[in-house]
Amino acid sequence: MLKSKTFVKKTRSGGVMKIVREHYLRDDIWCGSEACTECQQESTVLQKDACIESNLCSYPHYLIPDTNVVLHQIDVLEDPVIRNVIILQTVLQEVRHRSAPIYKRLKDIIHEKEKHFYTFTSEHHRETFIEREPGESANDRNDRAIRVAAKWYSEHLKPLEAETDGLKVVLLTNDQGNKQKAEESGLLVYKFEEYIKGLIANSELVDRLALSNDDKNEVTSSKVLFPEHLPLSRIQAGIKSGSFVQGTFRASRDNYLEATVFVQGEGEDSTEILIQGLQNLNRAVHQDVVAVQLLPRNQWVAPSSVVLQDEGTAKDDDVEEEEEEKALRISAAEAARKTTGKVVGIIKRNWRPFCGMLNVSQIKESTRHLFTPADRRIPRIRIETRQSSTLAGQRIIVAIDGWPKDSRYPNGHFVRSLGGAGEKDTEQEVLLLEHDVPHQAFSQAVLSFLPKMPWAITPEDMVKREDLRQLTVCSVDPPGCTDIDDALHCRELENGNLEVGVHIADVSHFIRPGNALDKEAANRGTTVYLCGKRIDMVPELLSSNLCSLRSNVERLAFSCIWEMNHKAEILKTRFTKSVINSKASLTYAEAQMRIDDTSKSDDITKSLRGLNKLAKILKRQRIEKGALTLSSLEVRFHIDSETHDPIDLQTKELMETNSMVEEFMLLANISVAQKIYDEFQECALLRKHPAPPPSNYDILLKAAKSKDVAIHTDTAKALADSLDVAKVDGFPYFNTLLRILATRCMMQAVYFCSGMDSDFHHYGLASPIYTHFTSPIRRYADIIVHRLLAVAIGADSTYPDLMDKHKQSALCNNLNYRHKMSQYAQRASVAFHTQLFFKSRGILNEEGFVLFVRKNAIIVLIPKFGLEGTVFFDTKDKVSPSVVFDEEGPALTVQQHTFHIFDKVKVTISLDDSNIQHQKIRMALTEPVIPGVSVPVPDAAPQAKKPKLDR
Amino acid sequence: MAGLELLSDQGYRLDGRKATELRKVQARMGVFAQADGSAYLEQGNTKALAVVYGPHEMRGSRGRTLHDRALINCQYSMATFSTAERKRRPHGDRKSTEMSLHLKQTFEAAVMTQLYPRSQIDIYVKILQSDGGNYSTCVNAATLAVIDAGIPMRDYVCACTVGFVDETPLADLCYAEESGGVSSLALALLPRGGQIALLQMDARLHQDHLETLIEAAMTACKGVSKVLDEVVRQHLQEGSVLTGE
Repeated sequence: MLKSKTFVKKTRSGGVMKIVREHYLRDDIWCGSEACTECQQESTVLQKDACIESNLCSYPHYLIPDTNVVLHQIDVLEDPVIRNVIILQTVLQEVRHRSAPIYKRLKDIIHEKEKHFYTFTSEHHRETFIEREPGESANDRNDRAIRVAAKWYSEHLKPLEAETDGLKVVLLTNDQGNKQKAEESGLLVYKFEEYIKGLIANSELVDRLALSNDDKNEVTSSKVLFPEHLPLSRIQAGIKSGSFVQGTFRASRDNYLEATVFVQGEGEDSTEILIQGLQNLNRAVHQDVVAVQLLPRNQWVAPSSVVLQDEGTAKDDDVEEEEEEKALRISAAEAARKTTGKVVGIIKRNWRPFCGMLNVSQIKESTRHLFTPADRRIPRIRIETRQSSTLAGQRIIVAIDGWPKDSRYPNGHFVRSLGGAGEKDTEQEVLLLEHDVPHQAFSQAVLSFLPKMPWAITPEDMVKREDLRQLTVCSVDPPGCTDIDDALHCRELENGNLEVGVHIADVSHFIRPGNALDKEAANRGTTVYLCGKRIDMVPELLSSNLCSLRSNVERLAFSCIWEMNHKAEILKTRFTKSVINSKASLTYAEAQMRIDDTSKSDDITKSLRGLNKLAKILKRQRIEKGALTLSSLEVRFHIDSETHDPIDLQTKELMETNSMVEEFMLLANISVAQKIYDEFQECALLRKHPAPPPSNYDILLKAAKSKDVAIHTDTAKALADSLDVAKVDGFPYFNTLLRILATRCMMQAVYFCSGMDSDFHHYGLASPIYTHFTSPIRRYADIIVHRLLAVAIGADSTYPDLMDKHKQSALCNNLNYRHKMSQYAQRASVAFHTQLFFKSRGILNEEGFVLFVRKNAIIVLIPKFGLEGTVFFDTKDKVSPSVVFDEEGPALTVQQHTFHIFDKVKVTISLDDSNIQHQKIRMALTEPVIPGVSVPVPDAAPQAKKPKLDR
Repeated sequence: MAGLELLSDQGYRLDGRKATELRKVQARMGVFAQADGSAYLEQGNTKALAVVYGPHEMRGSRGRTLHDRALINCQYSMATFSTAERKRRPHGDRKSTEMSLHLKQTFEAAVMTQLYPRSQIDIYVKILQSDGGNYSTCVNAATLAVIDAGIPMRDYVCACTVGFVDETPLADLCYAEESGGVSSLALALLPRGGQIALLQMDARLHQDHLETLIEAAMTACKGVSKVLDEVVRQHLQEGSVLTGE
């Protein structure tokens, strides 16, 4: 059916091409209001009773924001208070052109049902479409289109006024000219600030208002502090002609007046350019993409080793600053000079909302305050708030709005508060945000793709599956684990061989490619485990119920089944989708007990014993091939069940069953990797672990040499063997320490797409090929591998993105990034809990080992807590003792005592909370006693304190 | 700049149509008196002219004569001024040869060639303005021209393109949509019997979606056939008024 009524040609010139497009106008576009009786709409979005408590508009009303309001005030629009908003298509399209992230946020709001945001397709409506008039700019036309649409709405709703208590539309704009014209045509129009300030109970919203440019009440003097940024056209010309270079701005963590710009070159030759001084940094913020002009060679400087933090009150006079900059210059030695440049323009801002704390201004009544971000690389931000007294001591989120050239600090606005600093929930939120871990609750769109409960296996599910429900399958996991993604079985076949099966939760059955659930999981990449909290990659219904291979329920699985002889040689490998019914979910300790308990001989125990026997052989074979056994101290907190405070620390202990499960997971991963690579040479998702460059081993070699132990690092095998024999009499912990050091030398293992790389080797496992198959509930890579394998065995169909190596490769990059970030977040979480633990303990006395020796400090490892800390020998206030550093040893002589690596020392541990934003564990030496350096053993002996706490 | 949003959340396409809606089709038959049959057809901004000669004796090489049916000879061309950029389009380039071949196959399936053994039917189609869906516009124009020439056909042949965006089939793609990286499919249908005269697709598409796409294409073709039928009836009525019957 043809529904076009009028038919207009829309001509758009871009470059030299003339593009002619049809533009159909319709009269079946409805207003979306519940109150309207005229429109024949199926469902309505806007409420009839659109009330919001306001001094300005006492009647129910719908809001129509213009483009700039949406672009700048999206934080406010996101607030649950703001409802019943009409987003015109004109606005939506403009937003889409101007800012992708805001467009995404706007779309998210529109999808949220409680917000009642309605998109009115004004450009295709017969009465609201307007043509650009001669001499009118595109922006003016759009403004006019917005006014016309607002006018249409107000007239459309007019006849209904009687039944709706005078329902009106209110146009929101910050543009003076636009506002005036709208008023002339008889529309209700307000400035956004005006409107928000008119709301009752709004103080929080007012703070979230972004400072718009036409606000005349800028605080700073008119003095220009920074050179003007060049316009984009000149930057591009400059980059083309080679006078500027483009790169990513990376601020220094230790010195706020220094940064480097990382310039991505062809292949390997990436360079870094040093930027020094406020003027040269020119308002660039960490992670921005900037254009840099190199300075003449005689102005090049060396990176300073001074630690400078931008502290104190807001600096309005810059006398102090110049002094600091001078301090920088002096340290520049001739030889160490590096390529230096200055920022001339910003190509792309990479601002995100930042976590941090407020420095309350000294003037009590002041509404302008400085905000210090948690990340030291981000400059302080000036914000305006009236609730400084409540916000002091809280962790808050602030977004940057702009950085005018006459302002020392960027201007920003308050987004929201996370809670009191130092509180567990707040800190957890901060570390999730700072590590870019997506942790919001799953959206409705994502949840809509979950299977409907009650869920049961249907006959259709069974068509391509093998029924393995009768097998004695069991799972072995750490205690308290609810996302069980693997289960095992082992049984003797009639021919005397053993059948071993690894059954992995069939997550790809529930998560279909391309839907919202899949996209969300792909974005999250991994489940993040923090102390006492888990940030799921897939919604809980899947992770802890439908996919989790719990005991005595029927679950879908992807099975990898081998036939092996008693020497653990694989005779046959088979992959199949299956249905299993796990007979028991055991913890490592329970499984170990069953194996050891000779009186038991049920099927599960027999199966476990068979598995254990094979695993031992497999492990031996693997180690013979040169797999590394490395060590890192992992700690576990005993968390109080009520207060959720850590009450005890314990290093994780490993049992035989841990390695039993691990062996079979490795075997499954390797088998699957081989299979998918054979099937899909170009687009298999694999995991590699590159061999570290020899220079990485320097620390390890030096350390070993100091104890007269030889370590060979030529191959993984040689390293593994030499680590095995490395022992020192009377020092049982030496080997573990050595392994910890060896771990630090390693490279990061990464996912990659087989079509984009040629080196597949996994160094640590000594396997030529490897992938991740066994944890699809908590890793997205495994889901892709499942899909590939399912296609390879004909159990599922393929889809284009799966076979596109470039898309795969992009996905791998995201997964690698998320994995890295989740590790950092985990470490940060452990560190935070360690701090909490020591906070409750007061000062402790512990024994530790020197792990590294640095120029002015030693790094001490406390095995009992798996804790590392630094003991500094030069402090600001005290006269520094004579410190001599010997790089070859490495050894450090302080006064008369010389510290070597692996030395046993005693230290006191306490919490340093002088800086509430960056609390840290402080260690001080108690033994050996060095006058002026070591501290006396604290009086409050922890032994006396401990029993009290345990009770 | 972000690419074009081909289908908005509200279900509107770039030009304001909904997913299943066709562009405005306008047509006239009998535009040239000297030819045996002719028609002019607009499908949105795509405009095509079709002219039919025959059936007549074989011309040129007699060796191509078919003893049991008529030979259909198709020639497709695009006017130099048919696109935004003026471009010389010589006859016999690869693209137009392929298009000619497709048209030939389409009409061999529809025209009752067995009624005219040893003769030849010539169909010439020219795109005057191109805005996506060239093939289908040509087929629709040629159908009208063949009808105008009075050559018996099994049924109208109606053609339409469909594309696949966000799990939704879009009917009758315009140029902006075609060039927006959409997997598109062209289908020529004999609507009454539901037989497919030609199906052509050279993009990648998952097999699972093919069925829905063909389904959508058939619905669209049936929509086209209604419009064409209207045009033919209108034309006949005008004709009969003129002859005074």
